[in-house]
Amino acid sequence: MLAGRATANIVRRPFYAKDLILQMDAIGVGSLPITILIGFFSGVIMALQMSRALAQYGATGQVGQITAITLVRELGPVLTALLIAGRNASGIASELGSMKVSEQIDAMRALGTDPVKKLVTPRLLAMCVTLPLLTIIANFVGLIGGYMVAVPLLRLTTASQYWNNAWRSLEYNDIAQGLLKPFLFAIIIALVGCLYGMRTSGGTQGVGKATTQAVVVASVWIFIVTAVITRIFVNL
Amino acid sequence: MARQAPKERRCILKFEEVSLVFEQDQPILDRVSFEIWSGETRILLGAAGAGKTVMMKIALGLLRSTSGKVFVFGQDVTGFDERKWFEVRSYIGVLFQEGGLFDSLTVEENVAYPLLNQARFMAEGRKPTADSVRPDVQEALNFVELGTTMSKFPSELSGGMRRRVGIARGSVTDPELFLYDSPTAGLDPITANTIITLLIKDRELRNTTTTIITHRFQDGHLLANFRYNPESERLEKLPAGSPFLERTKFMVMKNGRLVFEGTEAELALSQDPYISKFSMHPATKVS
Repeated sequence: MLAGRATANIVRRPFYAKDLILQMDAIGVGSLPITILIGFFSGVIMALQMSRALAQYGATGQVGQITAITLVRELGPVLTALLIAGRNASGIASELGSMKVSEQIDAMRALGTDPVKKLVTPRLLAMCVTLPLLTIIANFVGLIGGYMVAVPLLRLTTASQYWNNAWRSLEYNDIAQGLLKPFLFAIIIALVGCLYGMRTSGGTQGVGKATTQAVVVASVWIFIVTAVITRIFVNL
Repeated sequence: MARQAPKERRCILKFEEVSLVFEQDQPILDRVSFEIWSGETRILLGAAGAGKTVMMKIALGLLRSTSGKVFVFGQDVTGFDERKWFEVRSYIGVLFQEGGLFDSLTVEENVAYPLLNQARFMAEGRKPTADSVRPDVQEALNFVELGTTMSKFPSELSGGMRRRVGIARGSVTDPELFLYDSPTAGLDPITANTIITLLIKDRELRNTTTTIITHRFQDGHLLANFRYNPESERLEKLPAGSPFLERTKFMVMKNGRLVFEGTEAELALSQDPYISKFSMHPATKVS
């Protein structure tokens, strides 16, 4: 019901453009430094782990390919989503939860504004726009991290071979699931955060409980959805 | 800012046998019926848990009754969905018990909130901005004598000041009906009198129909017997026989039931032990 109302509100007046921009700033720009850091080290670790495994088969030149496929298909979307779930699903749940227990959501309704439209729709839209972008950035920075390990540090391959392999290994299928996943994760994170926040009861203790539940439930759903999507794309 | 007095009296709020029951429990509200007409003031008295706030929330559509009918501004709103209620609510001012202010917004943003967010102010391509609504916000804050607190946050204000900001936020849209939930609860007598003076001032300068939930008989006594003189900027006692005395009525709630409805004089005459607790012996009344 919440998803339906939040989505229907996208096309209904009034539009809260300022709230949307604020949320995009909080979720997107606010999460950028940590996303870059996590993305970079994902690529670094991936390349380090692969260097040893590929050396056994004399295939160290393929490190770019493996890093790119792993990051774009799975690690980039899932790690970024888990990061954003921890950072923003909790933030959304605690903010809305505090508003609920202090009757601010009732006040909002009483003042003639729809809390779903004012609070949920901007967060849902902002998450759907920013999470795929953050994932693309994390993937790209991860590839740079992999490159730093594979080329200057361990000299497993040349720069041109690394980037060439990484680029050529990616098919439309990979790009499609790499973009579809963060979009679905965004819906999960925003709606779970908002739902648990708006259902909060029991004072400040309830806010803490809602925050924890939002992160746990969003993380579990991220793993379930990625498994389902991967299963579908494996068969394509 | 003052609204013209309506040419005809009309029913602003009507409850018809309204009940609210949560699963197999004792009714929270039990077959409550009353009518409030334009320009009237209602004082809602009752012990904690008697159903006063629940009644206010049903009148606002924040809670849905399990039976009975609710009419607001003459229209049957019993089956209204949330979207239809937003339109109705935009003509009702509300003051929650603790002010209900948004703690992440400044006083100015809180008071501007309904003007910037209610659909009726965005109709016909109008797009209000913080700058365009600032004069109205300033006027509403001046009305409650807090014109210099625009940039403060609610946490920086005292309890009484927060209530006054709440009154400014409720009245900035010039509502036809203003519902006050315990506006003087927990305040010292001086601040409580300041709040009631503002309520009387708002009622008379804007011709607002007023409903106030309170535990204090003194609040009701002031509202029933005094008027605001804009020239002296003070309250003055209504002369005996003034028609305004009849416009303020008292209602007493007990265990979800409306057990009394009448004027202050009728309340004072009640022999019921529960009802008489909310009255004051005539000899001890404030003058």
